[in-house]
Amino acid sequence: MENIEDLQNRLLAEIAAAADLKALDETRVAALGKKGCITEKMKGLGALPVEEKIAAGKKLNLLKTAVENAVEKRKNELETLELNRRLAEESIDVTLPVRPETQGRIHPVSKIYEEVVAIFGEMGFEVAEGPDIEDQFHNFNALNMPADHPARQMQDTFYIPNPDSADFDDSYVVRTHTSPVQIRTMENKKPPIRIIAPGRTYRSDYDATHTPMFHQVEGLVIDKTTTMAHLKGCLYDFVRAFFEVDNIKVRYRPSYFPFTEPSAEMDIGCKKGKDELKIGEGNDWLEILGCGMVHPKVLAAGGIDPDEYQGFAFGVGLDRLAMLKYGIPDLRTFFESDLRWLKHYGFVPLDESSMTGGLSNNGGLAR
Amino acid sequence: MKFTLSWLKEHLETTATVDEIAETLTRVGLEVEEVFNPAAKLAGFTTAKVDECVMHPDSDHLHLLKVNTGKEVLQVVCGAPNVKKDTIGIFAPVGVIIPCYNEKLTVGKIRGVESFGMLCSEKELCIGEDHNGIISLPAETPIGVPAAEVLAIDPVFEISITPNRAECLGVRGVARDLAAAGLGRLKPLNIKKTTGTFKSPVAIRVEDKEACPVYTGRYIRGVNNKAETPKWMKDRLAAIGLHSISPLVDVTNYINYDLARPLHVFDADKLHGGLVIRMAKEGEKFVSLEGKEYALDNKSLGICDDDGVECLGGIMGGMEKGCSADTVNVLLESAYFKPSVIARTGRHFQIESDSRYRNERWVDPNSNIAGSDYATALILEICGGEAAEIVVCGEENYRSKPVSLRPERVKTLAGLDVPEDEIVRILTALGFEVAKEGNTLKAVSPTWRGDIECEADLVEEVVRMKGLDDIPAVSMPADEFPKQTLSPAQRRAVTVRHELADRGMFETVTWSFTDSKLAGFFRKSSEAVKLTNPIAAELDEMRPSVLPNLLIGAGKNIARGAGSVSLFEVGPEFYGRRPGEQKQVAAGIRYGMTSKKCWQGGERAYDVFDAKADALAAVAAANGPWDSAQVTTDAPTYYHPGRSGVLRLGKNVLACFGELHPSVLKAFDIKGRVVAFEVYLDNIPLPRGTGGKSRKKLELSPFQSVDKDLAFVVGKNVPASSVVAAAKNADKEHITDVRVFDVYEGANLPEGKKSIALGLTFQPKEKTFTDAEIDALMKKVVLEVGKKTDGILRQ
Repeated sequence: MENIEDLQNRLLAEIAAAADLKALDETRVAALGKKGCITEKMKGLGALPVEEKIAAGKKLNLLKTAVENAVEKRKNELETLELNRRLAEESIDVTLPVRPETQGRIHPVSKIYEEVVAIFGEMGFEVAEGPDIEDQFHNFNALNMPADHPARQMQDTFYIPNPDSADFDDSYVVRTHTSPVQIRTMENKKPPIRIIAPGRTYRSDYDATHTPMFHQVEGLVIDKTTTMAHLKGCLYDFVRAFFEVDNIKVRYRPSYFPFTEPSAEMDIGCKKGKDELKIGEGNDWLEILGCGMVHPKVLAAGGIDPDEYQGFAFGVGLDRLAMLKYGIPDLRTFFESDLRWLKHYGFVPLDESSMTGGLSNNGGLAR
Repeated sequence: MKFTLSWLKEHLETTATVDEIAETLTRVGLEVEEVFNPAAKLAGFTTAKVDECVMHPDSDHLHLLKVNTGKEVLQVVCGAPNVKKDTIGIFAPVGVIIPCYNEKLTVGKIRGVESFGMLCSEKELCIGEDHNGIISLPAETPIGVPAAEVLAIDPVFEISITPNRAECLGVRGVARDLAAAGLGRLKPLNIKKTTGTFKSPVAIRVEDKEACPVYTGRYIRGVNNKAETPKWMKDRLAAIGLHSISPLVDVTNYINYDLARPLHVFDADKLHGGLVIRMAKEGEKFVSLEGKEYALDNKSLGICDDDGVECLGGIMGGMEKGCSADTVNVLLESAYFKPSVIARTGRHFQIESDSRYRNERWVDPNSNIAGSDYATALILEICGGEAAEIVVCGEENYRSKPVSLRPERVKTLAGLDVPEDEIVRILTALGFEVAKEGNTLKAVSPTWRGDIECEADLVEEVVRMKGLDDIPAVSMPADEFPKQTLSPAQRRAVTVRHELADRGMFETVTWSFTDSKLAGFFRKSSEAVKLTNPIAAELDEMRPSVLPNLLIGAGKNIARGAGSVSLFEVGPEFYGRRPGEQKQVAAGIRYGMTSKKCWQGGERAYDVFDAKADALAAVAAANGPWDSAQVTTDAPTYYHPGRSGVLRLGKNVLACFGELHPSVLKAFDIKGRVVAFEVYLDNIPLPRGTGGKSRKKLELSPFQSVDKDLAFVVGKNVPASSVVAAAKNADKEHITDVRVFDVYEGANLPEGKKSIALGLTFQPKEKTFTDAEIDALMKKVVLEVGKKTDGILRQ
């Protein structure tokens, strides 16, 4: 009969040689199962005399423990091998591209709208709106542009027949500027007034810098003490925040708008390179907006006493701001719905504009 | 407005440089658009003398020169036929840029001989047109001096004149502004008065003195209109882009630009009877000198003889009675027309002319006789002839009303501190008569200014001359904590844009106009909102929907090969012609596949449920009732009748969505399907104030929820939404979610039936559900679905 040592050696060898979990289990059952060889020997202990029983039992327990430990150890080894084999099998080419996701874009005009709102909001302005189709009173007459005013000819106005009058002079117009919102605001609100009015505007013109529809933002401040010095401060603060440069050269030129007096145009300094425009310094000037102190006749037309109140107004082209800030060369492309253009010049939807968090992340560049 | 430096100096005594003049013009409000100064490009060019001139050994027309630059003698090869020994010309040394070619001159090698520079023609220097030979200067010209010092170079200024500054449409007005700004002295205007030697044979009568307060006529006999206009006048006119036509025309053009004084000359021999200045009769015919015929109305001022209207007063002369080369006897008109009459007629008949441009802005009403004298003197000088006595109808007695200026208003309106005596100095220099009355200045504007009406106008004159740059910049005072900048409605439009872009759509901005031929599909009322004067035939209507423009945009992208198009726009649509008859809409379209083919698959065609999802997302982003709105199937006819729907709250339509109708797509030349949505932002109810509101308390159950599936067989026309609603309503407390996970029609189902499989979530509130409780809930669902939809549980 096989002695305990030989048995242990054989079992341990068999365990170590088990090629997989199944073979290991068979070996375990053959040794430790109900009819296993160790179990059988345990059963045989009862027949032995008491003095031998203790010693033999001790030996058998040692054997059993050794076998159990060996099985456990081999099991761990085999499981590790098995896991490694599975992992090796599961490996995939992670250089493959991800599932397609489409990230949309916000149009530059909307982005500029949000930037402008953020900046003027900081200065206490509210956003006002008005209709795209206007009557001539709000678009012209109330703004000190009576029917035969030369400035009125310069605006290339689109007309819409008045359904209630066949007379051409009663025609409605598609607003030529956002300035009628000045009048509508004055009609509905008592001073102090601080509003901006962004929106669509229309003139019959078409080239690289003129389109029949474009966007303006109007500004209007009315109270008892606002002067041209505030106008200059307000606009300087605006351009500096908008172009995100600390030092920006500006100059004001006297100009003429029927609805402001004195009137001015604001230029900003820039450097024109071959394919690049650097805003802020340099020896070139870029015309950027028109402004002035609200004409007393305009205040009166809006129902505000010009002897008591005064203030300033300005108008900026939103598209023009977008072209300058984001280097877009041709205005016409804004309105062509070309997906390649929208993807390139558009803004990622989560890039919100604020003065607390900045107007844009990373200059609004998309991934 | 253009003028040359020499022309300006005719009126302004100044030592200022071209740059100083340009800078000052812009500073006082006469914005410089361009200064064309050929001298600026002539740095490095000097005078030089040809010491030796022999033929090139290998050429029959090239010369080999020794050119003395005053510093050195250089070998130069020259092809000009007029080069001779001792010629003094303009020498371009190696390294300078030749203005005409805009290229740097290098050492040349011409037929084997090196050339170290060149002698230039006028054209090469951009100072003239002559390219037949090199410039040849007088023999006494010194050698080695800068070219700009010896050449007759007259820089040209181009400035833009705002409508209020009509007097600066003449060089003298510009000179006056510059003088007032401290750039020199305005020279006195010396106009030679011609005394007539005989009585004018043309009688003149002004019928409408309101429209024409002053009319002067000067008859001149025996002129020679074939005479040559003097070179100085021709050169100045050419510099501002006017061709010399005949001396009579040139003189009137010159005075128009010199003094901003329009004039007109009739061929007096063609006039029949005297001149009458009157309103035209309704329908009276007038043929302009451009050959266009007009039927005038009774608000058009005519200069008429017995034959009818011969000149549309202050706007344009007539075809019949104008001057020609053979003209001998002339009548020179110089008159004051009411600007509003000119503007009305010009606008009504859409006639553009230099004369109208000036007359409708402002022409000095007291400059008629002076203008006539000036022209008479020039005509006599150039064309000869003999002048009659001038006929003057009306009186040159215009005087503007005084305007008050409280000196402190310069500070309180413009924010600029200017002492009172400086204010007076500036206004006086500009031609104002200033008097002091108490604490107020009374200023009478000069007759050449028609734009000064109120105190603010005078403040502008002062700050314009002081310079706007002197006004300090003061940040807006923060009087109180700012209110919310965007209203709730404005704010949610922003959120909707970001939501749609976040859903993979590209925001676009398209015209508010569209093509009426395509817009017809989308009109909700019978009326098209058409423009009277569209810029193009395909942009002739205010869009009744955003969709046609999105489809046009999609079509262009598809034509470029885009297999997937997702575009949206937030903007107005128009339903009427009156102000305010517009709605703000968020509209979008999707075409093609969700993506290009990918190694993992998953790409699919966009369908109506993408459009529905977009619409719901937009409504939700606008804080609208996306989950409680009903879906009905009565979308407008431009949608596919069986694949479209409306999201509504009763009568109030929040949104439409669906596939677009194939016949609409055909009109847009789009093959394949397009899904679309339109969300009416104005129709989404605004929350009734958000102030102080908190959210509903969150009730969380600690007990596990249970998911169960049930399938129902219902009639084919039963909407899925009613099955879902019935299931939800079976036990609102415990059924927290109902999903449709399968819809089936076909084999194993009776004719006219379909199966809808629901996934249900049961949520216990007090304790974990027992099997019996779950069974009871399912029975409730089966019962309720059966009651509401006749649906039976599918076995």
